[in-house]
Amino acid sequence: MECLSHPALVLLFPLTGILWNTFFGFKFKKYAGYIASGMIFLSFLISTILFFHHSQSNVVWTKDLYTWIRVGNLDISISFLIDPLSIVMLLVVTSVSLVVHIYSIGYMKEDEGFVRFFIYLNLFVLSMLLLVSANNFLMMFIGWECVGLCSYLLIGFWYKERAPVFAGKKAFIVNRIGDFGFLCGIILIFLNFGVLDFITVSQHVNNINPVIITVICFLLFLGCIGKSAQIPLYIWLPDAMEGPTPVSALIHAATMVTAGVYLVARCNFLFGLSPCAMNLVAITGVLTAFFSATIAITNTDMKRILAYSTISQLGYMFFACGIGAYSAGIFHLATHAFFKGLLFLAAGSVMHSLSGELNIFKMGNLSKYTPYTFWTFIIAGLAISGFPGLSGFFSKDKILISAFSSGKYLLWLSGLFTAYITAFYIFRMIMLIFFTTERFDREKRQHTHESPYIMTIPLIILALLSIIAGYIPIPEYLSRVLPEPSFVLPSSTKHLLELLSVVVCLAGIVTAFLIYQKNIISSSRIKQKFLKLYTLLFNKYYVDEFYDELIVKPVNRFSLEFKNKIDDLLIDGLFVNGSGLVIKLTGLLTNLMQTGYIRHYVLFILAGMIIILVIIL
Amino acid sequence: MGILSLLIFLPVIGSIVLLFLPKEKEYHIRAIAFAFTIVTLFTGIRTLILFDSSLAGFQLVEIKEWIPNLGAKYHLGIDGISILLVLLTVFLSPICVLASSAITKSVKSFHISLLLLETAMLGVFLSLDVLLFYIFWEFMLIPMAIFIGIWGSGNRIYAAIKFFLFTMAGSVFLLFGLIALYIIHYKHTGILSLYLPDFYNTHSHLGKLFFLFISFGFAIKVPLWPFHTWLPDAHTEAPTAGSVILAGILLKMGVYGFLRIAIPVFPEESQYFAPYILGLSIIGIIFGGLVAMKQSDVKRLVAYSSVSHLGFVMLGVFSFNLQGITGSIIQMINHGINTGLLFLLVGMIYERRHTREIADINGLAVSMPRYSSIFVITTLASMALPGTNGFIGEFLCLVGGFKYNPLSGFLASLGVIVSAMYLLLVNQKVIFGRPTGNNVNLKDLSIREWIVLVPLVSFIFLIGLYPLPFIKLIETTILEYVK
Repeated sequence: MECLSHPALVLLFPLTGILWNTFFGFKFKKYAGYIASGMIFLSFLISTILFFHHSQSNVVWTKDLYTWIRVGNLDISISFLIDPLSIVMLLVVTSVSLVVHIYSIGYMKEDEGFVRFFIYLNLFVLSMLLLVSANNFLMMFIGWECVGLCSYLLIGFWYKERAPVFAGKKAFIVNRIGDFGFLCGIILIFLNFGVLDFITVSQHVNNINPVIITVICFLLFLGCIGKSAQIPLYIWLPDAMEGPTPVSALIHAATMVTAGVYLVARCNFLFGLSPCAMNLVAITGVLTAFFSATIAITNTDMKRILAYSTISQLGYMFFACGIGAYSAGIFHLATHAFFKGLLFLAAGSVMHSLSGELNIFKMGNLSKYTPYTFWTFIIAGLAISGFPGLSGFFSKDKILISAFSSGKYLLWLSGLFTAYITAFYIFRMIMLIFFTTERFDREKRQHTHESPYIMTIPLIILALLSIIAGYIPIPEYLSRVLPEPSFVLPSSTKHLLELLSVVVCLAGIVTAFLIYQKNIISSSRIKQKFLKLYTLLFNKYYVDEFYDELIVKPVNRFSLEFKNKIDDLLIDGLFVNGSGLVIKLTGLLTNLMQTGYIRHYVLFILAGMIIILVIIL
Repeated sequence: MGILSLLIFLPVIGSIVLLFLPKEKEYHIRAIAFAFTIVTLFTGIRTLILFDSSLAGFQLVEIKEWIPNLGAKYHLGIDGISILLVLLTVFLSPICVLASSAITKSVKSFHISLLLLETAMLGVFLSLDVLLFYIFWEFMLIPMAIFIGIWGSGNRIYAAIKFFLFTMAGSVFLLFGLIALYIIHYKHTGILSLYLPDFYNTHSHLGKLFFLFISFGFAIKVPLWPFHTWLPDAHTEAPTAGSVILAGILLKMGVYGFLRIAIPVFPEESQYFAPYILGLSIIGIIFGGLVAMKQSDVKRLVAYSSVSHLGFVMLGVFSFNLQGITGSIIQMINHGINTGLLFLLVGMIYERRHTREIADINGLAVSMPRYSSIFVITTLASMALPGTNGFIGEFLCLVGGFKYNPLSGFLASLGVIVSAMYLLLVNQKVIFGRPTGNNVNLKDLSIREWIVLVPLVSFIFLIGLYPLPFIKLIETTILEYVK
C-alpha cells in the first residue's frame, strides 16, 4: 500500500498510455480507447489509495522526484505536494476523466482520428495531474501551459475544418495572455522569496512588502482569468465548443477551466494578505457569473449555452475564493465537475441522436426517444439550478451564505439573482430539447435513437455523482488546509437563506416552464418588448466585435505597417540599401572623372588650386 | 596535436581529401564529408569527456608561438561559455550534410565549403588569441557567402552580397576596436600580447567609443534590431544547410563575441550601454515577432522569429547575472536546435513543393501526418512551451532580465504572447486545413529525413525535461564570469 501511494505513479499511467498509443496505437487501433481508459482507471485507483493513505497520517506530504533546474539560488525540483486540496483535485480529475474516456470510446468510434484523440486526452490528463499535484509554481506552470496545449489540440481536433483550427488558435493566444501574467508573477515570487515551492513561500509571506504581494496576486490572477475564462478574457471558451463534445465536457467544463480557481485556492496565503486582490477576485467572479448567465438566456446553440453557463459557474467559484470561502469554492468546483460534465456528455448524446444538431429550436420532445439522456440531463439541470437535495444546491448555497455572512450584500444579491437566471436558462434549454413539439425534420426522426450503453452508463455514473457529491463532506476535509471565513450566522438566518435559494431556483424553473412549455407568457412578446436588450444579449454584448476592432485589427495593422514602413522601407530601404546606393553613386561619379585624358586631369588640378587659393586668401 | 586542434582541423583535412576526388563521384563525396563530420562529432564528444566542468578557467589549452613580433600565438582553449556552442557546431554539421541531398549542383564544392565553414566556426569558439579569432571570424564569411550565392534560390546574388557587405562592415569596426585594444594594452604594459584575457578590464578614456565599435560588429551578427535586415534575405535565399548553420551557429557568434570580448573587456561601458542594448533587444523580441507574423514566406517568418529569439538571448546576456547568462547560453543552444529544425522542415517542404509561400502550402496534416507532428512539436518548442527546451532558456533569460530591471523583464515577457501569435499562425495556415492542389499527394518523411530530424527532436525533450547536466556543464564558468 505504501509503495502504491507515490504521486508519481498517478502520472505514470497516463504517460504510459500516451507512449503506447503514439508508437503502437495505430497498429492496435481497436484497443486504443480501452488502453487509454484503463490507464486513467489505474490513475484513479492510485489517487484513491493516496487519499486513504494520506487521511491516516493527516500531514502535508511532499515527494521529490528529481531536480529540474538549478542555477545559483534558483532551485526547482519536480516534486509533488499531497494535501487535502490536491487530493480532492486528483480525485475529481481522474474520476471525471475516466468517465469521459469511456464515453469517448462510443462517441468517437467512427472518427478517423480515434487513436489521436486518446493520445491527446491522455496527455491532457497527465498535464492536469501535473498541475494539481505540483509542489512549486514553476512545475505547476508546466501543467498549466500543457493543458492549454491540449485544449488547443483538442479544440482544433477536426483540423480539416476552418472554424475549429481558428478557435483553437484563439484559445491558445488568449490563454497565453493569461500565462504571461502568471509567468511574470512566478518570476516576481522567485525574486522576492528566493524560492518557488508553495510551503516555503507560505512561510515567508509575512516578510514581504504587501504592495509586492498585491502585484504578484494581480499577475497570478491574470493567469486565472485566462485559463478559467473570466471577464475580460472569457471569449475563447464559447468558441472552444468547436471541439468534440467529450472534450468540452472534460477540458472546457469539468477540469482545465477550473485550474484558475485551484490556483487562487492554492495561493490563499498570498491572496489572503491582499484585500485589494481579494476584492478584485470576488468582483470579477460575480460580474462574470452575472453577465455570462445573461448571454446564455438568448443563445440558441446547446453547447454554447453550456459554455456560458460554465463561465458563469466559474464566476461563482472565484466569487467564493474572493470572499475567503476557499473550501466552498473548491466544493463547488467538485460538484460542478460532475454535473457540468454530465450536462455536456448528455448534450453529446443528444447530438448523437440528432446527427450533430446543436440548435435547440430544432429539437423538441426528445424525452420520448432518449430516456436515459433525458433523465440524466434533468438531474444535471436540477443540480446546476440548485434544486434542494442535489449537489449543486449544497455548494452554491455555501457560497451564497458565506457571501451574506461576510457582509457583502450587493455581491450576495447579484449571486442570488444569477442563480435565478441560471435555473431559467437551463430549463429553457431542457424544455426546448426534451419537451414541447418535435421541430426536427422527418429524415432525422428515423434515425433518432438512444445512445449505446458505453455512452449512457457514463451518464448514469455522473448522474449518481451529481446527486451524492453534495453529501460528501468536502469542505470539512478541505478546511484542514484552507482558511475558513470567521463569520458565523445564526442558524435561523441560515435556514432563511437556504429557503430563499430554493425559492429562487424554483422560480427560475417555473418561469421557463410557463414560457416555453405552457406558452402562458409569450417569448416573442418579451422579445418585442425588450428588443434592444434582446439584441444586445443575442450578440453577446458585442464583446468579440469590440476586441476585434480594438485589439486584433489594430495589432495586425500595426504589424503590417511596422513591417512595410519601418523594417522594409526605413531600415532596409533607406539605411541599408540607401548607403549601398550612395557608395555606388560615389563610385560612378569618381568613375566619370577617370577619363584618361591628361587635359582633364590638368583642369582638375587647376580647379583645385584655384579653390585652395580662394580659401586661403 | 591537442584535441582542440584536432577538432578544428579535422574538417579541413576532410575538405583536402575531397579536393582529390573526381567531382562525378557524388556519392563518395557525400559519404566522405559525412564521415569527417561524424569523426569531428566524436572528437567533440571526447572533448566533452575531457572537459572538467568543476573548473572555471580555460581548459585543454594549446599554445604555440606564431608571430612573435606581434605577440601573436596559436592559442586555443575551451571553457563553459564555449563548450556547448562547440558541441552544437559539431552536432549540426553532420545533420547539414545529411540534409543536403537535394543539392545537385557542384556537389564537391558544396561539401568542401561546408567543411571549411565548420573549421572556421570551431576556430572562432576555440581561439584565445585575438588575431587568430579575427582570422577565423572573417574566414567564416567566405563559405557562407558562397553558399548563398551559388546554391541559393531566386534572389541569391543580392542576398549574398548583402550578407557579405553587411557583416563585413561590422567586422571592420570590430577590427578597428581590437587593434585599438592591442595598442592600449601595449602602452599600459609595454608587452605585445594578443592573448584575449590580457585585454580584460582595459581602461581607456575612449572606452565607450571602442565598446561601440566592437559591439557594432557583434550586434550585426546577433542580429540586434535594427541591424537585422541582412538576415531575412540571407536565410531565405540560402540552401537548407546554409540556413541551418546560419541560424544554428553563425548567429551565436555575435552573442559569443559579446560574452567573450565586449563585456569582459569593457565591464563599465557594458553597464553604461546596457539599457540601450536591452531596449533594442526588447524591440527585437516584440516587433521582430510582429513582423514575423506578417511575412508571406515561411523562411522569412522563421528568420524574423530568430530576431525575436536572439532578443531573449541578449536580454539574458545584458542582465549580467548568473541566471540570465546561463539562460542565454542555453537559449542559444535551443535556438540552434529549434530554428535549425524549422529550417530543415521548411527545406523538406521546399524540396517537395518548390515554394515557400505560406499561401501555397496548406493541409499538410492530411497529406504528411508524421511530418506535421514534428512540425507542430518544433513550433511548440520554439514558442517555449514548458517541458520543451525553449522554456528553460527563455525562463532563465526572463529571470535574469527581471533581476536586472523588472520593467525590461516585464516587457520582454510580452514576447511569450507574440511568439504564440506567429507560430500558431503558421500551424494554422500550413499544417491544418484541407490540402488543395499539389498539397494533396505529398510523400511523408523518408528514412533519411527521420535520421535528420530525430536527434534534434530528442534534444527538445531532453533539455526541456532534464536540463541539469547542461546547466552544470557551464555553471562554474559563469559563476566566475559574473564576479
